[in-house]
Formats: sequence, structure tokens, C-alpha cells
Amino acid sequence: MIPAAFEYERPSSLAEALKMLSEGGDDARPIAGGHSLLPLMRLRLARPSLLVDIGGLADLRYVRDEGDHIAIGALCTHHELASAQELTGGCRLIAQVARQIGDPQVRHRGTIGGSIAHADPASDLPAAVLALDGAVVARGAGGSRTIPAADFFLGPLMSALEPGEILTEVRVAKRVGCGSTYEKFQRRAQDWAIVAVAAVIESSGGTISNAAIGLTNMAGTPIRASGVEEALAGAASEEAIAEAAGRVSEVGTPLPDQNASSEYRLHLAEVLIRRAVANAMS
Amino acid sequence: MAAGQKYVGGGVPRKEDPQLLTGQATFVENLTVPGMVHAALVRSPYGAARIKKVDLSAALAAPDVVAAFSGEDLADEWAAGLPMAWPVTDDIRIPDHWPVAKDVVRYVGDAVAVVVATSRAAAADAAELVDVDYEELPTVVDIEGAMAPGAPRVHESFENNECYTWTHSTGDIDAAFAKADVVVKGEYTQPRLIPNAMEPRAVLVQPSPAAGDFTMWSTTQIPHIAKILLSMILGISESKMRVIAPDVGGGFGSKLNVYAEEALCIALARRLGLPVKWVAGRSEGYLATIHGRDQLQEIELAATSEGKILGYRVKIRANMGAYLQLVAPGVPLLGGFLYCGSYGGEAYHFECTGVFTNTTPTDAYRGAGRPEATYAIERAIELLARKVGLDSIEIRKLNYLPQGEMVPSPGGLEFDSTNYAPNLDRALELLGHDAVRAEQAERRAQGSTKVLGLGFSTFVEMCGLAPSQVLASLNYGAGGWDAATVRMLPTGKAEVVTGTSPHGQGHVTCWSQIAADALGLDIDDIEVLHGDTHVAPHGMNTYGSRSLSVGGIAVYEACGRVVEKAKTIAAHLLEVSPEDLAFENGSFSVKGVPDRTKAIQELAYAAWTAHSLPEGTEPGLEANCVWDPPNFTYPFGSHLCVVEVDTETGDVDILRYVAVDDCGTVINPVIVEGQVHGGVAQGIAAALYEEATYAEDGTLETSSMINYLVPSAAEFPSFELDRTLTPSTSNPLGVKGIGEAGTIASTPAVINAVADALAHLDVGEVPIPATPERVWRLIQNAKGGAA
Ligand SMILES: Cc1cc2nc3c(=O)[nH]c(=O)nc-3n(C[C@H](O)[C@H](O)[C@H](O)COP(=O)(O)OP(=O)(O)OC[C@H]3O[C@@H](n4cnc5c(N)ncnc54)[C@H](O)[C@@H]3O)c2cc1C
Repeated sequence: MIPAAFEYERPSSLAEALKMLSEGGDDARPIAGGHSLLPLMRLRLARPSLLVDIGGLADLRYVRDEGDHIAIGALCTHHELASAQELTGGCRLIAQVARQIGDPQVRHRGTIGGSIAHADPASDLPAAVLALDGAVVARGAGGSRTIPAADFFLGPLMSALEPGEILTEVRVAKRVGCGSTYEKFQRRAQDWAIVAVAAVIESSGGTISNAAIGLTNMAGTPIRASGVEEALAGAASEEAIAEAAGRVSEVGTPLPDQNASSEYRLHLAEVLIRRAVANAMS
Repeated sequence: MAAGQKYVGGGVPRKEDPQLLTGQATFVENLTVPGMVHAALVRSPYGAARIKKVDLSAALAAPDVVAAFSGEDLADEWAAGLPMAWPVTDDIRIPDHWPVAKDVVRYVGDAVAVVVATSRAAAADAAELVDVDYEELPTVVDIEGAMAPGAPRVHESFENNECYTWTHSTGDIDAAFAKADVVVKGEYTQPRLIPNAMEPRAVLVQPSPAAGDFTMWSTTQIPHIAKILLSMILGISESKMRVIAPDVGGGFGSKLNVYAEEALCIALARRLGLPVKWVAGRSEGYLATIHGRDQLQEIELAATSEGKILGYRVKIRANMGAYLQLVAPGVPLLGGFLYCGSYGGEAYHFECTGVFTNTTPTDAYRGAGRPEATYAIERAIELLARKVGLDSIEIRKLNYLPQGEMVPSPGGLEFDSTNYAPNLDRALELLGHDAVRAEQAERRAQGSTKVLGLGFSTFVEMCGLAPSQVLASLNYGAGGWDAATVRMLPTGKAEVVTGTSPHGQGHVTCWSQIAADALGLDIDDIEVLHGDTHVAPHGMNTYGSRSLSVGGIAVYEACGRVVEKAKTIAAHLLEVSPEDLAFENGSFSVKGVPDRTKAIQELAYAAWTAHSLPEGTEPGLEANCVWDPPNFTYPFGSHLCVVEVDTETGDVDILRYVAVDDCGTVINPVIVEGQVHGGVAQGIAAALYEEATYAEDGTLETSSMINYLVPSAAEFPSFELDRTLTPSTSNPLGVKGIGEAGTIASTPAVINAVADALAHLDVGEVPIPATPERVWRLIQNAKGGAA
């Protein structure tokens, strides 16, 4: 349980951090809360040569209302997001998700930037950002770029970030007139999801007009259940919602693991979608 | 109890806690000795393999490395292999077991080499550089596979993988089954469990090369036993070994062993002339510390059509793992007398076969044998209840042993104290039984997807290991006594030296309570010394819920002897005869003349100065007792569990947990409740969460806490506890054990509740752990596969 040897730097500005990363070469990695990276290092599954600790960069720690969207600094902790006043309307989903991550220690250390950059398909925030059609801002030596969440997650622990880039901000468009919920199924309170469903539902008078459904741990990346979303539009009864939920099978066969077979995962997703939609509308 | 009792029975705050809670405890990992070096082990990644070559050159060349050795290099260090002290049968097969494997590795985690460096990190880095050339061998990881014809043999020297078969019978079992109206049969799998003490294992050995002696600090439950056995392994005179168990952060049986790393650190310290330390990581511990349970059980009950049990026929197979650890073969036997639980009958037959596999060795884990037995009988009695049309309460009350003392049980034991029905009634009352049943019926009637179930577990267990003569009859390699010394100091304070070795239980508090009352002292004037073989030379240590009913009684008796001696001195000083004195609140007074007194503190001083003692009295006020109990103690209780099962997901949620235990006289109710809480949590963990699994090639799949699911407080409701009090007749305090009761009782209570919740769906046997997917599948299958 002892990591392999590594160097450690603690920059005092983003520019300095970027410089350290570029000079540190391919095996240099930023570290934020450390709650995904350190466990991997302790098992020696990750062996960075240099850790650039961005945890002290206070100017990456904010939640701002930017008019049409909410901007979340990469270093916001899950705990801060869970109670952020700016997260209203559909964006409340981010707070609902953050509240269900890990345990209090994890929520006080883990950051949204780390969660997204880590690109673990079992992590909770990625599916939420995807369901909200969010985007991430990445800064590298050559400047800044904005990557839509839909293009960001490439595979398990693989993202569109280039080596040396730092994720600085997560953006989610403001949406009013909708309800949201995150239905997470796990064995123990602090566990990662076996399956989870992020739902953002616009409805009036019991009829759904627009639905966004993000799925956690149903594939190598967080995914949208687009067939379900399509079928939910116009749904006005429990039966119609249940039928729409059935279309989750269109996302393909999730991989089995120690906690759940493929078949059970699909079944859970269907049940959770049904419950999520009902909760988001209530 | 002596008049003037004021501490026993009270919720005295634990004396241990201030140090533990403020970070001032002494754990082995925190110890530093000048010149200390660190050992890291290289462990087999294969379930079975021949070691062809161990190349240490790269490791030896790495920075800060002091030495590195293969198993072959160390072969001369061992005067004997790692010990197994419970050869349950005369023909048991006992494999060689070396601290570091020499030629063949037999499980993932078996040690093949060791690297010693000046820091723990350097040792870990260099261990990665050891190049071992293995030739893989076929593996077998499960009991059935190991017993199949032609299975790969874990030990080539044995004809097959069977280690032993032990049988035990009372009465005429065939006759009981022949006359039975009904027979029910249950088959159960007890999953493999990984003990998770808060503190992982660690060892530090300091040699004194000139004197030829060794001090070992170890995270052990058994410093005295370890001292004897390690001196034998290393060929060191026992008198040259000192073993210290400082603050030890839990054990649950996982530290009731003599481990390879203890022997290895002594051998390295001897070779290098340097203090050597080894600390396990959590995942390393998962490979290299004993596992528990892992049994296949078959139980048959023969009964009358009214539901009265006539006979019990039990056959189990137990996974020993790759080698035999300290008491592994005997663990199933500790349950072997209890498959009849708290019930009567005419005949009993038990048979257990131990089996070798390419897995981490198993051994005693909290409850050791009794959770398995309790599970089987408490599930099987529900089958019987269904078969004869009785409910869970009726079937139990019909079969309970009668109330009494020294009541014979079909398993061949005599229970010291039985009084089962009132205990169950108290639990039913606390639960509000009828209301729970009403809500269950209502939810079913509404077709709710959240169904309720109520599970019963009314258990009896056997603890307080043990009368030495009984242990002899079971081929156990040690006695069952324990020792205490109580010493009054000249300043009027007292030292209590105990042979028990607490690692979280609170002996310091409880022994202080017992001694304070018996000697009439303030509790703060009592110091309890333990866990160092130079301070407490005699002890049989702590496991099997034995400490209070054996070691605690030794303390109590030794206090009595101190008081007796003090009385003769008091009589001498007061110029009366001892019979004329009364002892109360620490003071002797002349009967009828209450102002002529001598306080025990004055007598301690008088005994120390020895200026005026009765003729023939030795100076000093101190007494010993070695207590060898006449019988085990048999705690019992009724645990009731209410679960909610989500029929759509298979998720099981425990809504209520009611436990009424009977552990006889209670010394400290807060500690008793703590033990019940932890025990119940561990049993629930086995019912719903924890299960160690191996891939066919011998890889431990549940290799960390990410996938070995130890639950946290968030998974449990508040437990609702009460007690009944039926004093043990086996000891003068009337105490029984409580350390394992919760674990023994709770697993079947939970599974019975899940089964009860699904009873209307007619699902088959509920497997443990009852994971959401397994429960969902049961429901699916009962529905005929319809989603
Ligand atoms: C016990 C436990 C339980 C947990 N349970 C859950 C759970 O239920 N749900 C869940 O979603 N998560 C869970 N987590 C993970 C937790 O949320 C992590 O904190 C989070 O996934 C990563 O955030 P971090 O700040 O800790 O990232 P770090 O561990 O510091 O970094 C993770 C990775 O992202 C990179 N990185 C970090 N920040 C940036 C950045 N700004 N720009 C570019 N790259 C960056 C790092 O280089 C590294 O590769 C759990 C963790 C633990 C230890």
C-alpha cells in the first residue's frame, strides 16, 4: 500500500501549474482531491513521476451564474456543490448527484474537475453533466478550449484531455421549468453506483415534453439513453413511462462485474429510469 | 458478590478510551527502535506453482537495501514449521508449512522471498525487483472441486485433498430417523469471509545479540502462546523470548495465530543482528491473514408430525485453505456440538471433513464454528415449521430444552443455564410482534413491491474455552485455564496482572470493576497489566469469548485470596481472631465494634514493611489464581430482524433489529452492548454483504475493500437491545461470554427474515450473502422467469 516514488510540486497559479506539467513530461499528472488518483497509486496501478498539486489554486473554486449557464470551477468539492445556491432549475441535478457521492470525507476532498477528468464510467457527476448537455473547459500551454461533454468521455479512464491540459471549468446551461433527480443503486452507502440514472424532465400537466436521461456505469463511458428520451417525449401515464423505460435495452449490453451481471444491470436501469422520471416530475 | 458492590453492573466509562481517542495508544506500526530495518515480502501471484529460480540480484542492488533472501536461503532458520495445535483426529494430514516457501507455492500470497531495507518504501520498491521464475501448476479453489476425483492435489505428498474426517454422535440416530414422521433437509453454503480488524497486522523484533534474546512486539491476541510456539519454530530457548502485544486494534480471531511474518522477523533479526519490522497493507492482509467460514453444510431433522425434533444428522465439509493454521481443523468442531441449537431430541450425528484448496488458509473467525451451526439449525427449524404447519414461535417453544441448570443437550453437552422461552417472549414484546405481522399482511394484500419479512434466531452458544480436560478429549494442544495476579502496593493501590490479552474488548475496565469491588478500592487505584510476557508471565489469552469467564474469574478469585491474607494481618493487628472480622468497602472491622477497623490500604503497607505480621506470614500482599473452569458457559438469546425487500431490485433493507441476549451477570452493560452491536453488524455483514471469492486460477477476486464489502454504520438501523439474566453455574460470578453472540445469532435472523418476506412467492433457499441480484433472481425464478 505504498506508492512508487514520485516528485511533488505545489504551484501557486494556473500558469505555473501548466508549466510544471509541460516540463514534467508524459508521466506528470495534476492532482486535485486525490481521491481517485491516490488509491490507484497506492495499489501501484498508477505511477506518475510528478504530481502537480492544483488543490491550492483558489481561483478555480467557484460556482458562478453566467446568465445563460452556470460555471463551476474545477476545484469545487462535491460537498460545496451539494449545497451551492446557484444550482437551481435543471442544474440542481449537479447538487443532487454530489450529495450521493461516497461518504463525507470523500465529498470534502473530491472535486468536480477530478471526477470529470478521471472519466470513470462508475462516477456519478459525468452522467449528470452529460444529461445537462454540459461542457468542460480545458486549458493547455497553447490556450483554452471548450469540449462538449458528449465528446469528452472516450472510454474507461479515457477522456479528450491532452497530456499537460488542466480542466478548469464545467459549464451547464441553465434550464427552468423542469425537475431533476438522480437515482443511484449501490450496495453500501459510500459505494460507486452499480447503475445510476440522472433524469431531467420538462413536463406540464402530467405530460412530458422533454426528457434527458444520463446513465452511470452502463457502458465504458457515461451515456445518454436516447431511445428512452425519445419515447418519454409526450408520455402522460405511468404505463407510457414504463414502456419508455423499457427502451433502455437499446443502449447495448453493459459489462458484467462482481456486483452485477449484464442482465441485472439492464433490469436495474429500467426500474431506476421509471423511478427517476416519476421523482423528477413530483 | 461481596457486600458493598458498586462498580460491577455499572456502565463505567472505559479506562482504555482516553488513550485510544486522543491518538496516544501504542500500536506496533507506531513503534520505532534505533537501527530498525523494514521487511517486505514477495508473494506468489499464482494459486499453485513450482519455484524454479529466485533472482535477488536486482533487489540487492536497489537503494537502501540491506538484505534479501529466498525461502531456500532461510531454510536453516527453522527448527520446526509453522504450528498447528489442533490435530483433531489421529490420522489427520498435516502438511509442512514454512514461513517462506522453498519449492512450491500453494496459494496467491504464499511468501517466496523477503527484502530488507532501511525504509518501508525502499523495501516495497526493491521487492518488486525480485525476479521469480515459476512453473504454474493446476489449482483448485473450492471444496467440491477439491474433493472431485482426479482433482489437482494441493499437497503432492497426500493421496487426495482430504485433511481429516471427524465424527461425533449421541443416541441412536438411525432409530430416530426410522421412527420420524417427517424429515426435512437443508443444504447451505457458508461463504468465505475475510476478517477486517481495524488495525492490520504488524511485527517488530528487536534482538539483543550479545544476550541472545529477542523482544517481539506483535499485533497478536495470543502473546503467551506465540512465545512458546515461536521459540520452537526458531529453536530459541523460550526464556530468551519476550512477546509484547501493545495496543492491538481488533482481531476477531485473525490475530489468534502464529504467523509466517512473526517467525520471519525473528529469523531476520537473528541473521542481521538488527531490529526488523514488517507492517501489512490492507490488501496484503487479505492474502496473508487467515480467512473464516467457507463450509458446505447438510442438515437433516427427524421429527414427529407435531413438530417435535427427534434427531439431527449433520454433514459438513470445511475449506482449510492451502495449509493448516493454528487451530483451523478444530474450528468446525466448535460448532459440531451445537447443530441442535437450543432444542431437545434423542439422537445426534455430526460429521466434518476438512479439505485442502489453493486458497489462503482459514481459521477461527468471530464465532468460529458456532455461527455456521446456528445458521444451519435456525434455517432448518424454519423448514420444519413450514412442513408441520407451525409458526416460528410455536416450533421453537415446542422444542426448547427445559429450564434448568446443567441441562443435557442432544449434542452431548450440558448447558450450564437454560431459560429460553421467557427470553423469546421479551424479544417478541420489544418487537411488537403482532403489529409487524399485521403490516406484513397489509403490504402483501396491497401488492406492494416493498414486502416485509420477520426473521427469528434463537440461539445458544458455547464459550469460555474451556475446561482443560475437555480440550484434552478433543486433541487440543493446550489447556483452557487462565491466570491472574493481584498485588496490593505499599501506597494502597493495586496491580491486576492478567493472562488475557485484550485487543478492544475492555478488559482493563472490567477487571478494574471486579477488583475494585472485591478489594473495596476506588477504580482509579487499580492498574491492569497485560500483554507482555515479562510482566504477565502466565496466560492463555483472548479468543472464544473466554476472557471474562476464565481470566476474569481468575482475577476475582485472586482478589478473594488477597482479602483472605489481609484479613489475617488485620486480625493480628487488631488482636482479634479472623472470624471476628467483617470486610466491607475495603475495610475490616471487628464485628460488634464498628470503630475498630483496618483499611486494606493500611494492611498493604503493613504487609510491605513487614514490621508486625502474624507468625509464619510472608511479607507482601499479593495472590495468584490460575482458574480452570469446570464447564463452558452457554449464553443464549433471541434475535429478531425485520427486513423490507424491494421485489423490483432485490434490495434488502433492515428496518429493525431486536436482540435480547442472556450473558448471565453483566459486569459493564455499556461494553456488553458494544459487543452486541459489533457482533450483530458482523453477522449482518455475512448475511447481506461480505463474501470472499476466488477465480479458478486462485486469484482472490475480492482483494480490497472496494469489492470486499464491509458495511458501515450507514447500512444498519439502530439496534434495539435488552437482556434477560440467567447466571452461569460454571463460575462464582455467574458470567458468560458476549463477544461472539451477536455474530452467531444475526446471520440466520436476517436470512430468515428475507425468506419470510418472500414466503408467499415460494422462492427456494435464500443464498448468503443475499445480494440484490441473488434475491432478484430468486423472485424471477419463482415467477417462472417472467420479468
Ligand atoms: C471511498 C471512496 C468512495 C468514493 N465514492 C464515489 C462515488 O460514490 N461516486 C463517485 O463519483 N466518486 C466516488 N469516489 C471518487 C471521488 O469522487 C473522487 O474524488 C473523484 O472521482 C476524483 O476527484 P479528485 O479531485 O479526488 O481527483 P484526483 O484523484 O486528484 O484526480 C483524478 C484524476 O483526474 C486528474 N485530474 C484531477 N483534477 C484535474 C483537473 N482539474 N484537470 C485535469 N486533470 C485532473 C488527475 O490527474 C487524475 O488522473 C470515491 C472515492 C473514494 C476514495
